[in-house]
Amino acid sequence: MPELAYRDALNQALREEMTRDGRVFIMGEDVAFYEGSYKVTRGLLSEFGPKRVRDTPIAEEVIAGAAIGAAMGGLRPVAEFMTVNFTLLAMDQIVNHAAKIRYMFGGNISVPVVFRTPQGSGKQLGAQHSQQLESWFCHCPGLIVLAPSTPADAKGLLKTAIRDENPILFLENQNLYGIKGEVPENEHLVPIGQANVAREGNDVTLISYSNAFHLALKAAEELAEESISAEVIDLRTLHPLDMETIRRSAAKTHRVVIVSEAWRTGNLAAEIAMRIVESVFDELDAPIRRVTAKDVPMPYSRDLEALALPQVADVIGAVREMV
Amino acid sequence: MKLTAQYTGTQLLQMYRQMLLIRVFEEKVAEMYTKGHISGFSHLYIGQEAVAVGVASALAGTDYMITAYREHGQAIAKGCDPKEVMAELFGKATGLCGGKGGSMHLFDLEKRFMGGFAIVAGQMPLAVGLGLCASYREEDTVVACLFGDGAVNEGAFHESLNLASLWNLPVIFICENNLYGMGTAVHRATALTHIAGHACAYGIPGLQTDGMDVLAVHETVSRLARNVRDGQGPVLVEALTYRFRGHSMADPLKYRTPQEEEIWKRRDPIPALAEMMSREGLVRSDALTETRQSVEQEVAAAIAFAEESPVPPEQQLMQDIYVPTQFMDSTGALHHQPMSISVDHAPEPEQALARRGETEGRE
Repeated sequence: MPELAYRDALNQALREEMTRDGRVFIMGEDVAFYEGSYKVTRGLLSEFGPKRVRDTPIAEEVIAGAAIGAAMGGLRPVAEFMTVNFTLLAMDQIVNHAAKIRYMFGGNISVPVVFRTPQGSGKQLGAQHSQQLESWFCHCPGLIVLAPSTPADAKGLLKTAIRDENPILFLENQNLYGIKGEVPENEHLVPIGQANVAREGNDVTLISYSNAFHLALKAAEELAEESISAEVIDLRTLHPLDMETIRRSAAKTHRVVIVSEAWRTGNLAAEIAMRIVESVFDELDAPIRRVTAKDVPMPYSRDLEALALPQVADVIGAVREMV
Repeated sequence: MKLTAQYTGTQLLQMYRQMLLIRVFEEKVAEMYTKGHISGFSHLYIGQEAVAVGVASALAGTDYMITAYREHGQAIAKGCDPKEVMAELFGKATGLCGGKGGSMHLFDLEKRFMGGFAIVAGQMPLAVGLGLCASYREEDTVVACLFGDGAVNEGAFHESLNLASLWNLPVIFICENNLYGMGTAVHRATALTHIAGHACAYGIPGLQTDGMDVLAVHETVSRLARNVRDGQGPVLVEALTYRFRGHSMADPLKYRTPQEEEIWKRRDPIPALAEMMSREGLVRSDALTETRQSVEQEVAAAIAFAEESPVPPEQQLMQDIYVPTQFMDSTGALHHQPMSISVDHAPEPEQALARRGETEGRE
């Protein structure tokens, strides 16, 4: 199986889906001539032409809205926001329109649009370019929220997302574009709504996603040296949650730590923890723990930034306190 | 200019009937609202009928209309069944959207009525997307995007006109300038009150039309639709009009003078068209009376239909949030998305217990 970088896996997914379906097109800021600010759309303009790879003005509300309108009209748009920070300018279209159109129109239309955008902190980009907003989107019924953490899942989930009939927030991560991994060639589809048990274990379950998944995995490796066996779940789909997999694992290990790089207050971790408590409380041997970012706008300074973000040591520390 | 030169009596009578249908429909909506059959917000179109009917009569059936939340009349003008519109306002299962949309969210894909939207200017980016579809597929479809004067101050207005112009999309942006964004007069909200003039910032034509004259609107939009279909790109039309009632049923109308209202009511588009037709001998004297009777019957039938229709069943509550998806891969195998969109809620206690039985015993 060939090794690909995360960004190239995404690129391959786009290329394959555009080849497969003439209705699929890409729009966004600097996606065509510039080939994407993270080079995810490299080579696509020359291969598919300006009709299907469209540069837009820096105008996020109409990028989102035009993509939604095009989806209502029968196309399959993949709209890119250069970073998640700019989706805030498109929130009305995403939340008030994309998420609600199908329901409020009685199921008489669907909105098959994919909004791709990178999140992430830790690159000293300062407060306005370092944040994770997945819980904002997960809060909205009508949206599907995906956050792949590996190149293989990046490809497989994006291909599935493009074929799905629902509006999808496809959250990439600026820290992951360069990571490499084996990626199946051609048809590789990862189902929406299915978490991945990336590492089996018996003593504690680490639930995570996106860049934080790699923290959890690293922590599990180090814990193994202390003879603590950690199961690591990569959620992949953040909304709707794969509660089957989460419950099964919680009931198996009886201890749960949720790792997320988003802010602590209102973090998706709280929702996951509450659902575990509601359904398998009796299985727990210790209170559920969260390892998250601190509730602070991200500072620029390297040392302060590291203090604000969860580290592998924090995950290990949380586990040690439970077992 | 003689009307006989351009229109047949049948055409004119049809426009008259449509405007009257909207008027009588909306008067009944007000009555039903007062009686408690209709709840929520209800923004009446009374006074502005010439715009919707002038626009819709200038479009082909395959053209799109997309609009804001004062849209009962626009939906009817685009061909939606008044029964289904009324049933939607009553919140009934037989409504256009099964009772899930309500007054501000009417929708009819078959009639290419692409929805009423209740965030000011929110429908404008969507119109750009619908225009992109037509352009992408090289169809000669036109998108009529209606919005109020309040929308002009939203960023979405400017972003939409810019992108539609940049991509040369077949969208007719039609501003119904009724002089007030809710209770705030245009001159108190918009620096350039000549709304058609905003077009020059985007390099597209901007025109004003008399929104109290159905024929003026019809002619303007017909001509522009031909240009747009020919690939000449988007246009901005400002239809000068007036709503005779408040912003919504809750509006006490304290921000307008009775004198101003009286001036506009003298320009009521419905009697104006009737007089024109009579003056030029284009309708039989009893045709107008017959039209009114048939319209009243149609609206009475819509009310009866709405009253008699069932409310949506309980199982509809969680339906239509997502599309359950299945798709075929390249090998021809059918995949089901396992989510099936049963967004997880805490399982019933029995289920939880059963699940626990399946898991391994505790250490």
